[in-house]
Amino acid sequence: MVTADVHLAVDALRVSYGPREAIKGLTLDVRRGEILAVIGPAQSGKTTLLRALNRGIEDVPGATVGGTIRINDTDTRRLDVYGLRRRIGMVAPLPVGLPLSIFDNVAFAPRMAGVRDRQQLAQRVEECLRQAALWDEVKDRLHTLGTKLSGGQQQRLTIARALSHDPEVLCLDEFSIAIDPVTTMRIEDVLRQLGGRMTIVLVTNLVQQARRLANRTAFVLNGELVELDSTEVVFSSTPASPLTYDYVNGNFG
Amino acid sequence: MSGAVAGTLRFRASAFTQRKLRFERVAGIVFAVMTAAMVVPLVAIVAYLVYHAWPILSLDFLSEVPRQGMRAGGIWSPLLGTVYLVVLSLAIAAPIGVLAAVFLNEYARDNWYTRVVNLAVVNLAGVPSIVHALFGLGAFVMFAGIGKSILAASLTLAIMTLPVIIASTKEALASVPMAFREACWNVGATRWQTIRHVVLPNSVSGILTGVILQVSRTAGETAPIMFTGAVFFKALEPGALLGYGLFDQCMALSMHLFTISTQVPDVPEALPYGTAVVLLGTVLLVNALAITLRVYLRMRKRW
Repeated sequence: MVTADVHLAVDALRVSYGPREAIKGLTLDVRRGEILAVIGPAQSGKTTLLRALNRGIEDVPGATVGGTIRINDTDTRRLDVYGLRRRIGMVAPLPVGLPLSIFDNVAFAPRMAGVRDRQQLAQRVEECLRQAALWDEVKDRLHTLGTKLSGGQQQRLTIARALSHDPEVLCLDEFSIAIDPVTTMRIEDVLRQLGGRMTIVLVTNLVQQARRLANRTAFVLNGELVELDSTEVVFSSTPASPLTYDYVNGNFG
Repeated sequence: MSGAVAGTLRFRASAFTQRKLRFERVAGIVFAVMTAAMVVPLVAIVAYLVYHAWPILSLDFLSEVPRQGMRAGGIWSPLLGTVYLVVLSLAIAAPIGVLAAVFLNEYARDNWYTRVVNLAVVNLAGVPSIVHALFGLGAFVMFAGIGKSILAASLTLAIMTLPVIIASTKEALASVPMAFREACWNVGATRWQTIRHVVLPNSVSGILTGVILQVSRTAGETAPIMFTGAVFFKALEPGALLGYGLFDQCMALSMHLFTISTQVPDVPEALPYGTAVVLLGTVLLVNALAITLRVYLRMRKRW
């Protein structure tokens, strides 16, 4: 039975890139309003999982997908893919400022969805930049190029853009990989504020980041789920799997 | 300090190091000479041509039609013909080429169909122009029944330039980072929206440069138009801008140069040289335009 608070239900997900199987039958659920951290070593399928969530995987040549992903109990493959992507915000590991002005970067998604009204756009842009803790730094130069911002600012711009289409789920893929610790902390504060209002899936290589932010933590290894439990349990001295204990305590392998 | 050290060794160079340094000097000189060897012929050709053409070069030479069996007068008719051929062939080839390249780079998946198309593009670019000429003669002049005309010649030239335009456009599109496209797709933009708002605005200068460079190639080709639309002589009013119709045959600069250099006796020496200077000048001018565009593109690079 599906409980009411399950937002995303991943069921027996399999993804292969040609002969290489990246995800081998992964089942997990993401609850509405929680911050779910996904941790695991390189090549464990974390990024692939995110790409499967918004069906970005379908743009990857040679990738095949099996199993189902349901959002609010509807199979994502039965939804219009562009509508689905507007419901799921996606932040890539490396900041991507589009070669447009700061304003246009954030207004891009609403415009592509048909919003024309200038005032409505301006309001949306300010709201998203504020949410991403970038507004105060850029409010006087909204019409300069987004690509000229520093790496940390660009990553917050990327987050603002991911929020601009008013998603119900926000996915972040190792967002702190290319930015400094101070900006990382600021973004973590942003995520704490967003948590509860939207569902957040946070893929991270920093186990302590998962510990700081997540309500629940999933440990994946070689494309399979090892353990999914509340963050306290995963980081306690007695998680269900000894593999989890070894990984979060840094004596893996 | 550097002054005091100059000319003396700071360390005892081993035989190997000395040999290495000697090779380094020689290599530098050899590369410099080779580079110069490329520039010298161009300068020599231009100087030689201009020197011989000097007496005849004037604005009248451009706007006057050939007279007295092409032994006097100007080059208006072939000049206008070349402009017609270049403009019309690019008007045909550029839209098709650019759109095909957009498809190949942005939409096509890697399957047998795409591979066949890419293979065809590469091979078509390697076909000699005389073969294009015979194809044009068979396909457009005879089979399609257009007859020898500006249209048939332009179509032939278009077929010839198409693969090069596709290749250069694909390269310009590929220079836009993949991450931009993924960022657009991730916020729910369609392929076309992504192309329209992000990919094309950031590759249009590169695309234009590639197309413009084809002007010089089209202007210089003789073989493809010889059987399909260009003629020995065609009477025209001096300076008439609309001198030719679409289904008329026309004169062309490259063909005219060949004609007056080899086929007509007693042509004054300056005449073919003047024609060559105009042809070369046009090509260099167009290339300069392409280079300016590319510099402009680099200056306003947005990431």
